[in-house]
Amino acid sequence: MTLGFRDPSLTLRGALETFGAVTIFFLTIGARSPRTFVRRFRLVVAQIYNAGTLSLSIVMVSGFFVGMVLGLQGFDSLSRFDAEESLGAVAALSLFKELGPVITALLFAGRAGTAIASEIGLMRATDQLLAMEMMAVDPIERVVVPRFLGGIIAMPLLVAIFNAIGITGTYLVGVSLMGVDSGVFWSQLHANVDLSDVTEGIVKSLIFGGAASLLAVYEGYTCIPSAEGVGRATTRTVVSSAVSVLVLDYLITSALL
Amino acid sequence: MADAAEDYIVEIDDLGFARGERRIFAGLDMKIRRKKITAIMGPSGTGKTTLLRLITGQLAPDTGTVRLNGLVVNELSRERLYDMRRDIGMLFQQGALLTDYDVFENVAFPLREHTDLPERLIRHVVLTKLHAVGLRGAARLLPSELSGGMGRRVALARAIVMDPKLLIYDEPFAGLDPISQGVVLRLIRQMNDALGITSIVVSHDVEQTATVADRSFLLSDGRVVASGSPQQLHADRSEFVQQFIRGMADGPVPFHYPADDYRRQLLSRVEE
Repeated sequence: MTLGFRDPSLTLRGALETFGAVTIFFLTIGARSPRTFVRRFRLVVAQIYNAGTLSLSIVMVSGFFVGMVLGLQGFDSLSRFDAEESLGAVAALSLFKELGPVITALLFAGRAGTAIASEIGLMRATDQLLAMEMMAVDPIERVVVPRFLGGIIAMPLLVAIFNAIGITGTYLVGVSLMGVDSGVFWSQLHANVDLSDVTEGIVKSLIFGGAASLLAVYEGYTCIPSAEGVGRATTRTVVSSAVSVLVLDYLITSALL
Repeated sequence: MADAAEDYIVEIDDLGFARGERRIFAGLDMKIRRKKITAIMGPSGTGKTTLLRLITGQLAPDTGTVRLNGLVVNELSRERLYDMRRDIGMLFQQGALLTDYDVFENVAFPLREHTDLPERLIRHVVLTKLHAVGLRGAARLLPSELSGGMGRRVALARAIVMDPKLLIYDEPFAGLDPISQGVVLRLIRQMNDALGITSIVVSHDVEQTATVADRSFLLSDGRVVASGSPQQLHADRSEFVQQFIRGMADGPVPFHYPADDYRRQLLSRVEE
């Protein structure tokens, strides 16, 4: 007797099929995005609010604590080389290039991605997507694309806020607690962080936002129309987004360095 | 023969369709007249809903053709298909209302999507349609606050808000109490006669359907086994038609799902 459900994406063939299906879905969304962006701009704005504004608190709190930990760990490591004054530069580079985009993307997948996947999945399970199709309303344009675009637009903004608050956290710990000179902290940061470092973070946040949003809408749109199916889609969104973000991070970093 | 073809809104020729290994339709022929109420009946699992999906272009047939207004449905481009669907209203089994919008916005949804009507006019049209189904007073309720019958009526108001030429009902009586069934029944007749539209009712409810349909098709085993007016079906002598109409548990449609020999299975050892 076989109990439960074997995940087809665990076989090589299944993985390739899923990759192909996601790619086709991405191309479909991409083709309908410009039209949707122009004609349904209000829906996109609503989704920027859902994915962005509603994720603000978790991103801000996380950013603050990540920054403070960076301050402690950075100070400890740097002081072994008598280089504590580089704390500002080290923290900023870590945040802008890596921690900001990656951690924000993981938080985004957990907060906004799951919300998107379960919302679309429930619409699928209750025939709402089918009803739209029968009313000659394209559910890709009406439901999927606004959420996808909302995610892509919200992510870089969230990352910028995460970084700003993270640096503030590092500053508070490094300068107020550990005694690094305030002027040195900022001047080191200013002298050692280039525009290209900031750009790298922006490129990453756009790609991570796109990947996490794409996987969320894909999982929701293609979920099995049942309670278990929606639950499974939500879980898969988090897992596949997290893995994709980390793999993409390596690929982008190796391409940009 | 052009005149004869004009009379039919849906023409299905030699339709074949399978889901994986399971054959659902084989050599199905059906013609549905304009401005009449046509019932498609059959036991559960005969593919009635699948047939509706083939008619509306949600699925493509494996063999044969489905024509709607003379056009082969599965050869239409997405744009043409969507144009065609603007003339079709569909009532889903569970209503399929948009759960995040209230009753008013659900009914207004097709108008907002497809027209640029001013808000005042949208309000007027929506209230008229809600009044027609007796739910003008429920305009600001959410779908979760409606009973099954009310939800079905809201879905009906939404289905007629664009003044369709064809109205399709998928199991409109399922899960409703007798009063609500009567209400839906009366609405189907009213909509058909007052608006001059064509109605297709898919149902396994013989009693209810017989009172409203001008013509019925009885499906079994992938094809039409009987068709005609309710009186003609009642007079049909074939075993299957009698079993279905009289609701007998056993007959040509067996009570038991195909299984191994009963005695042997009970006496055999438990499979691990």
